[in-house]
Amino acid sequence: MINKIAASVAHALVGIADGATVMIGGFGTAGIPNELIEGLLAQGAKDLTVVNNNAGNGDAGLAALLASGRVRKIICSFPRQADSHVFDALYRSGRIELELVPQGNLSERIRAAGAGIGAFYTPTGYGTELARQPDGRPKETREIEGRQYVLEYPIHGDVALIKAERGDRWGNLTYRKTARNFGPSMAMACQRTVASVHEVVPLGALDPENIVTPGLFVSHVVQIERQVTQAGGFKKQEAA
Amino acid sequence: MTPTQLGVAYTRRTKDQLAARVAQDIPEGATVNLGIGQPTLVANHIPPTREVLLHSENGLLGMGPAPAAGEEDYDLINAGKQPVTLLPGGSYFHHTDSFAMMRGGHIDICVLGAYQVSVGGDLANWHTGEPGAIPAVGGAMDLAVGARQTWVMMDLLTKQGVSKIVSACTYPLTGLACVKRIYTDLATFDVTPTGLRCIDKVDGLSHTALQQMVGLPVM
Repeated sequence: MINKIAASVAHALVGIADGATVMIGGFGTAGIPNELIEGLLAQGAKDLTVVNNNAGNGDAGLAALLASGRVRKIICSFPRQADSHVFDALYRSGRIELELVPQGNLSERIRAAGAGIGAFYTPTGYGTELARQPDGRPKETREIEGRQYVLEYPIHGDVALIKAERGDRWGNLTYRKTARNFGPSMAMACQRTVASVHEVVPLGALDPENIVTPGLFVSHVVQIERQVTQAGGFKKQEAA
Repeated sequence: MTPTQLGVAYTRRTKDQLAARVAQDIPEGATVNLGIGQPTLVANHIPPTREVLLHSENGLLGMGPAPAAGEEDYDLINAGKQPVTLLPGGSYFHHTDSFAMMRGGHIDICVLGAYQVSVGGDLANWHTGEPGAIPAVGGAMDLAVGARQTWVMMDLLTKQGVSKIVSACTYPLTGLACVKRIYTDLATFDVTPTGLRCIDKVDGLSHTALQQMVGLPVM
């Protein structure tokens, strides 16, 4: 019997190696798998490369992982936020490497990894500083039918940590509102995908027309209690 | 350069007046992405009789206004990470689809803020390039090159009185030759192959005075 339901966060994260590339879903407050990030912190892997749209808020979740000193490099589009003080301090003191990627290129590079694409030409970033490699060398460019493009390579991950809404034992997932964001692409791009869900349902309970991430992209499903607001969503994390 | 130095009397558009000026040009049925910061004000000035679809990069189309106090749902936010609502008919999708909408030319208009715009339509809006500044680009580069029309809204002059419309950008670029129209607190410009064309300006500001401020030929 296929059963991807993990008994606990710790069970789902067993064996993540030092030096791993970890993709973490979420955009702002929506879709951040905080319980899985806390689990990774407890699991202890170090020398990590983290892929996320941002670089942590406040002091909890991703910010706490960064503060632990276990992240060598972050690949993201928008590190600077009002409450990104943990990242800011690490970056300014040279204790974390930053690869800044335009958001659509980030998302497409993740998708390309999952889709078996070797590289792709994108118009985004052409003629800008971000059409350079982190070491300053220019990325390859090409004119296609009169338009200029930059060659971008996929980002492959060892582990994806994502937050979904419902899941079943085959790993099928649905999401909630804008918490979907990077989840579906990251689930495709990694050797192993761990999804937290608020409800585990029996096989067949998810409408097949509405399954967003088919189970073959998912390795483990972990149930996490929901914190509700009046509207049924999530309370904003109180600044610690 | 101040109104007094130029010897004329005119009043700058307020942020809301500027947002209303931009909204005036958004046609019925358009799909629009409003950048974070000042462009989000444009949504408040679209007449309720005009149906416009607002797109947000984090995966929603048909975005509605901010929720009532106490009704916030932090799974439903906009690109600026503020709680929003979804209109009936609205949809959710994942990030890669959302950026395909942007990069693939499916968004009619995007409205962005800017540090500088060149006469050739180059845009600089993501990074001051100052030492110690932490760079953050988000979706700006995708929008700038992907939307069918990229509009900028900004003050014409910096706090130091220097024109933000320039012959060539000195700040790091967001996109090349992508801006079609520039809405400012003093005048609105089209970026054309033959240069800047003023399409309107505030009352009391002469064409000569405007051209002097910009420091570049204005048609």
